[in-house]
Amino acid sequence: MMPEVALSLTARDFRSDQEVRWCPGCGDYAILAAVQGFLPELGIPRENIVFISGIGCSSRFPYYLDTYGMHSIHGRAPAIATGLCVSRPDLSVWVVTGDGDALSIGGNHLIHALRRNVNLKILMFNNRIYGLTKGQYSPTSELGKTTKSTPVGSPDTPFNPLSLALGAEASFVARTLDADRQHLQSVLRAAAAHRGSAFVEIYQNCNIFNDGAFAPLKDPDVRDDHLIRLTHGGPIRFGTDGRFCVTHPPGGFGLAVRPTAQVPPGEIVVHDESVTDPAYAFALSRLSGSDLRTTPVGVFRAVDRPCYDDTVRAQVAHATPTGPGDPTRMLTDLLDSGDTWTIG
Amino acid sequence: MQTPVRRLDRVVIRFAGDSGDGMQLTGDRFTSETAQLGNDIATLPNFPAEIRAPAGTLPGVSSFQLHFSAVDALTPGDAPDVLVAMNPAALRANLADLRRGAAIIVDTDEFTGRQLTKVGYRANPLEDGSLDGYEVHPVALTTLTLGALAETGVSKRDAARARNMFALGLLSWIYARPFASTLRFLERKFATRPELAAANVTAFRAGWNYGETTEDFTVRYEVAPAPMPPGRYRNITGNAALALGLVAAGVRSELPVFLGAYPITPASDILHELSKHKRFGVTTMQAEDEIAAVGAALGASYGGALGVTTTSGPGVALKGETISLAVALELPLVVIDVQRAGPSTGMPTKTEQADLDMALFGRHGEAPLAVIAPATPADCFAAAIEAARIALTYRTPVILLSDNYVANGSEPWLLPDVSRLPDLRVSFAREPNGPDGRFLPYLRDPQTLARPWAVPGTPGLAHRIGGLEKADGTGDISYDPANHDLMVRTRAARIASIPVPDVEVEDPDPDTRVLVLGWGSTYGPVTAACRALRRRGHAVAQAHLRHLNPLPANLGDVLARYDRVVVPEMNLGQLARVLRARYLVDVVSHTKVEGSPFTTGELENAFERVIGDA
Repeated sequence: MMPEVALSLTARDFRSDQEVRWCPGCGDYAILAAVQGFLPELGIPRENIVFISGIGCSSRFPYYLDTYGMHSIHGRAPAIATGLCVSRPDLSVWVVTGDGDALSIGGNHLIHALRRNVNLKILMFNNRIYGLTKGQYSPTSELGKTTKSTPVGSPDTPFNPLSLALGAEASFVARTLDADRQHLQSVLRAAAAHRGSAFVEIYQNCNIFNDGAFAPLKDPDVRDDHLIRLTHGGPIRFGTDGRFCVTHPPGGFGLAVRPTAQVPPGEIVVHDESVTDPAYAFALSRLSGSDLRTTPVGVFRAVDRPCYDDTVRAQVAHATPTGPGDPTRMLTDLLDSGDTWTIG
Repeated sequence: MQTPVRRLDRVVIRFAGDSGDGMQLTGDRFTSETAQLGNDIATLPNFPAEIRAPAGTLPGVSSFQLHFSAVDALTPGDAPDVLVAMNPAALRANLADLRRGAAIIVDTDEFTGRQLTKVGYRANPLEDGSLDGYEVHPVALTTLTLGALAETGVSKRDAARARNMFALGLLSWIYARPFASTLRFLERKFATRPELAAANVTAFRAGWNYGETTEDFTVRYEVAPAPMPPGRYRNITGNAALALGLVAAGVRSELPVFLGAYPITPASDILHELSKHKRFGVTTMQAEDEIAAVGAALGASYGGALGVTTTSGPGVALKGETISLAVALELPLVVIDVQRAGPSTGMPTKTEQADLDMALFGRHGEAPLAVIAPATPADCFAAAIEAARIALTYRTPVILLSDNYVANGSEPWLLPDVSRLPDLRVSFAREPNGPDGRFLPYLRDPQTLARPWAVPGTPGLAHRIGGLEKADGTGDISYDPANHDLMVRTRAARIASIPVPDVEVEDPDPDTRVLVLGWGSTYGPVTAACRALRRRGHAVAQAHLRHLNPLPANLGDVLARYDRVVVPEMNLGQLARVLRARYLVDVVSHTKVEGSPFTTGELENAFERVIGDA
């Protein structure tokens, strides 16, 4: 299992010697700094941490961390990380991906990693655009968005990444923002503490191809009226003086935002990330769409369920003889099984 | 009265019936009984891709052919001496393959109106004289089986299903096979339904006794044991041998084996078999798709396991990008391609060797890797170990090209001494290898050109690798033109310089002018054809390639020694093209893409023509 030692590492220890080459002003810098600042908290030796990425701007991430890392191929990082995770329980394995990498070309691997509940931490940088290929719309771009490949507007309905993850019954689902280091690190902390797949969507600004995509959530003048900060065990209220709240609409299935003044205090939803039924977290995820008008951030769901890699290892361990088995003897017996015969 | 016994050198039997008639099982059991008598054996199952095509139709016919011999059985046999036809469809689908005068045992109960018209028989072939050239044995298999089981209390349906065991009992009597293992097998197979075990045993014995009492079978046959090297044997299919070879590679490398696989015919049996051997530290993952399967295997290799993925042609196509990543990362990876007839879905249960081009060249960029191909079902065991050896030693993906013919065919296998299998242990990097205590992940071993395998968890060696071009030595991202040129050439040199054994030539005649050069699963029919030609006084040399990349160092010299080189392949000449390009030798390409292996006879004719022209 994971070595736990008393370490006095700092953010500096997690900086590799490679020059960071994102565009000046890219949100990825803030995420990198937040991650480098957070990693010492794990108390895990650097060599036991592995970052695996796919392709895209975000996927350069591993090069900039002084841990083990693999910059793999487009969309496949969760599959590669699964093989590593299953065979190496002593490692803390993180996947860094983007909205195109995770949801478009790699959609299949993402949902299967989540439904298996592989012990991976998946950080999905969502900037709602293809950056590395210079500005095409992504699977999270708004309907009608004008880009290089959609001069008259995107005809694609976007994914809601958290709804997708919850549909795959992800055991840990959270959302945070590149610019809010404190919040970002609190979510990373919770993700790292979770045993199983942790899916973290990080809203990240691409200042070249989609600048200001998350402005309503960042502008100090208006953000409080759009950003719903989820706190486990706390009533879901937001806006200046908590003037809005989340409640169960009468006769509806999901959740709705109402002026707090119109809702009896007992009907304000108290956030519980441990609700087993993914329907609750799913309803929360539906509060935000492309327009970002009411966007919850924080941990939506954190529930315990068996991890694929633990189960697979347990099956192997269960089959493996206790005590000193002699592999040569065992193999000889295996080959010499079934209908055998002797000549001469 | 004792039935007279006639001695034969070899017999080819084909069991044929509907997909649901249990012909594969019947053939397997007869094979097992025969193997224990010490005959040499080669088998060829042949079944439709559909699990249950409509009953009694031609597309639903499933067959199992077995060649057993008092000498070398190099192939499953060209033309059956005996056909067991469980219904009219089985007769119709297989009759053309029989040699004239062959024995045909049919279930007469099935040769009735509807069953006949379903396959286009206007008249009953058992009665209209169309089988006059054959030795037909009409047996009311169903009626006799139902009669034998009337008192056992099993349902009529279950009783009728046991008629394959009646047939097996009859054949076992005719060829004097030992049947104790079959009875034990039936007890095991129906352990939870003892009444069915008893019914099948009764049906088997009834078939045996029928042979003894009926006057239809006037002769029993014996095939003497083949001279084979002393030792322990078992009968094994290629897929099972590959799986066991991978287990052995794990034991001999002292590494955990990780198999990532997605179900695909005809490779799935390797996944099934390996999933039973967890106690050897083997992990099997049924992935969400072919890409994830190879990705997970590569991830496991990165972590220090022996990563393996098994598939067939369409799966290799999907895995291409990840295999290229493995080429760039220079990590061990074994990719097993059990080839089937393509392109696209093609004929999933039929054989072909048409993925050689893809294995050698089917990737983007300059992405060389090692390619090997087993020659026979039992050879798959050693080939799997060899693939692992190359992958681990040279830190490279290796493609092993099996095919449906070796994968599902079987032969006796002389069990190896485990302690004498190749030592595959590797050394992981433990210490920094560069100046100032730096770790250089792409600093190469001067002998093998392999880079260090530094697995996560090793202190002081943390490093980043990826698909972007890397600077020589440091492994840092590099767009430097000269560095790219160096890295491309170095990757090529690393594969090209893998030492592989020289190709051996069998050439008993000093004046031979024609060489036959095969690869992979054509070994059996090619060898049989060459031997037949020599028996008839022709001079012909034979060589067989196991290593397709790199090719043996002496191959150019061998090719140059002969006036003519014939290359038989189950594709349109893919190896021939490589040889022409590489050695400037105008090889004669002899090809067939019918989904079935070469027969000895057709190769004999083809080679004879070349010898005549030479």
